[in-house]
Amino acid sequence: MTWIKATPVAVRDEAGVSQLTPVDSMTQALSLRDDTPFDAVVLYVFTGLAALAAILATAFSPDPSFRFHGWVMIAGFVGAFVVMSVAIASGRMRADPTRYADGVIRAGVIATMFWAVAGLAAGVVIAAQLSWPDVFYWPEAPWLNFGRLRPLHTSAVIFAFGGNALIATSFYVVQRTCKARLAGGAWPWFVFWGYQLFIVLAATGYLAGITQSKEYAEPEWYVDLWLTIVWVAYLLVFLGTIWKRKEPHIYVANWFYLAFIVTIAILHLVNNAAVPVGLLHARSYSAYAGVQDALIQWWYGHNAVGFFLTAGFLAMMYYFVPKRVERPIYSYRLSIVHFWSLIFIYIWAGPHHLHYTALPQWAQTLGMTFSIMLWMPSWGGMINGLMTLSGAWDKLRTDPVVRMMVVAIAFYGMATFEGPLMSIRAVNSLSHYTDWGIGHVHSGALGWVGFISFGAIYCLVPWLWKKDRLYSNALVEWHFWIATTGILLYIAAMWVSGIMEGLMWREYTPQGYLANAFVETVAAKHVENVIRTVGGLMYLAGAVIMSFNLWRTIRMPGAAPAPLATPVATPTPALAAAE
Amino acid sequence: MWKRHEKFERHSLWLVIGIIITVSIGGLVEITPLFYLESTIERVKGVRPYTPLEQAGRDIYVREGCYVCHSQMVRPLRDEVERYGHYSLAAESMYDHPFQWGSKRTGPDLARVGGKYSDNWHVDHLRNPRAVVPESNMPPYAFLAKTELDYRAIDKHLKALRAVGVPYTQDQIDNARADLETQVDPFAGERSGLKQRYGAKVAQRDFDGDPSKITEMDALVAYLQVLGTMVDFRTYKAEDPENLR
Repeated sequence: MTWIKATPVAVRDEAGVSQLTPVDSMTQALSLRDDTPFDAVVLYVFTGLAALAAILATAFSPDPSFRFHGWVMIAGFVGAFVVMSVAIASGRMRADPTRYADGVIRAGVIATMFWAVAGLAAGVVIAAQLSWPDVFYWPEAPWLNFGRLRPLHTSAVIFAFGGNALIATSFYVVQRTCKARLAGGAWPWFVFWGYQLFIVLAATGYLAGITQSKEYAEPEWYVDLWLTIVWVAYLLVFLGTIWKRKEPHIYVANWFYLAFIVTIAILHLVNNAAVPVGLLHARSYSAYAGVQDALIQWWYGHNAVGFFLTAGFLAMMYYFVPKRVERPIYSYRLSIVHFWSLIFIYIWAGPHHLHYTALPQWAQTLGMTFSIMLWMPSWGGMINGLMTLSGAWDKLRTDPVVRMMVVAIAFYGMATFEGPLMSIRAVNSLSHYTDWGIGHVHSGALGWVGFISFGAIYCLVPWLWKKDRLYSNALVEWHFWIATTGILLYIAAMWVSGIMEGLMWREYTPQGYLANAFVETVAAKHVENVIRTVGGLMYLAGAVIMSFNLWRTIRMPGAAPAPLATPVATPTPALAAAE
Repeated sequence: MWKRHEKFERHSLWLVIGIIITVSIGGLVEITPLFYLESTIERVKGVRPYTPLEQAGRDIYVREGCYVCHSQMVRPLRDEVERYGHYSLAAESMYDHPFQWGSKRTGPDLARVGGKYSDNWHVDHLRNPRAVVPESNMPPYAFLAKTELDYRAIDKHLKALRAVGVPYTQDQIDNARADLETQVDPFAGERSGLKQRYGAKVAQRDFDGDPSKITEMDALVAYLQVLGTMVDFRTYKAEDPENLR
């Protein structure tokens, strides 16, 4: 197969900056100062108009919630407008087409780690609230109640941490595998900052009680619209880069990124269809009701897992694992088969969230059937990832970053076995509504999503900041072991408490009465709740250690002098298929 | 055969179109029939749109994220039916935009909590859950009793709900604010049209025990007290062939 050759992922550009004489550079810089690129002008005008719209909307809105978010938007847009004014005046909006656009990826890496720590910390707080309600609830601070912090935690981890990791790595991978600079000039920066604004609007909204209550799609209608704009820009930047590619083939990681971006757009638009109370009101009502709303929500919810938390992170696996272990992907054919079957089957699996509910049984059965089938393409991805280590298994011992990514793939395999198991109606009658579901998502989120992202970022930071190594491999070891132990404590506690409460709910006395009042099951879970808090705290500690390690890596003296040249310092990867 | 896949690998638009078609099929097959198959929602008597006060309470329920810990969906399992009451029907949430079936029971199911506890119990429990149920780990909601309900735009809320399919009449929308005030006033009597508009079963009383003002507690308790009470299960025959799905 020749679909991807084992050539360097990026070639040194012929017309590099270094070839220009100092005089040339000077005149070029001066002449381009008035000659701001068109994309930057469009972005500048767009930001100005957005600032104006935010000011007007805030001024005229009768709704305090909407005005609160209006101020957040004004701060964001006006700030961006000022920064861009300065940048345009100093000629810094010009892009150098001979280099990869890595600044936005560096920003993305920093944002990823920031939101990781924030989202994990929120998780520890709400775990502590369930363990010690008398200590961690503050009656005078309703915005810190569990009901408002839990969406903050889930969104911060999924969309802020996971989303930033996906955007940053996709920008890196698409450039290297296409040998082309990111399309759109300044617009990748719009994607980055626009996405941060979405996160801030969502997070502050939850704290202020602005929510439409659809799980993992809680932001209100205007925040959804904003995300739509950002997402379309993201798709265009990504596709535009693919259109500029100097490789005939589109690399497999990019299929997964593309499936993630396109499908999330579809899910987002359909699930969030709503009618607002007014154009200047925060509240909206879902276009669907009851049973239809439930299935559309879980069609969305399950495929947020399938396409945001699976397809996107598989893309990460397909680039960073082969590159780190310097081996080709195990099987090109397997990647084709499991790509198409994964995205086809995932979409059907949503109804397993609604077993034994008022959803018609035919839909439940369809959902269960496809959920069980989903086991196979999921394990296809796992096998393709794990077997890529063929001939490089020794790296598990020597390279803690590789170990982290391999354990991520192992957790992916475990979670994608557990999921089909839990989707069986009989099992689901026990597991649904219990902590078992919480444990399941956390083995996926902490084990798979977290660890594969951490692995990718441990790879990326030395590459992006031109260092020959991480500051400390020993700290990576500490991170790995503390976090892994934390995950195991977390999911073991949730298995125990979930199965226990499921059994207690259905327990009968010999006389034929229900054996337990509901609150007895709450009391029985106290120990597991505490263990869960400790496990989460350990995972958070690992992320803090990692942040420190990365910060020291960035502050290390550079490995190579004068990183003026094109950013291709990373060694040649072996991304060819095995065939 | 593998050669044919080149088309997707070489042309990004083919890849995008392939992805869109592949991911559309499952959703279309599973979701669209729910909108036209008549058997999806049972025919029952008694389910009505929420009164303005109940709807305001529902908005608070959503705002506080109650669905995060409480489901509103009793499954047809022996222990659930005995613990919570008749299993939930699709018809009972047919006016719920959005649905509140939930996905987790950190606390008990609330689909049929209406009428099970007194208003006083709810107010005490919401103020400080552990004062009533010592083992509970529910957050305290004392502030609801102090916060006056902002219902200036309640007619707009009803109008938006009508736009998405809830059969509010023009009369109900025009009188939304008056109906809301009437429902918390036990002395308003028959002269208001609340019961003509929403039915004789509507609970009309001061829900939070504080007649001096209309609070968010009034609204939330009114909503909790109506949950699961609309369908008359003496007339609904679950075993009828038309109700088996």
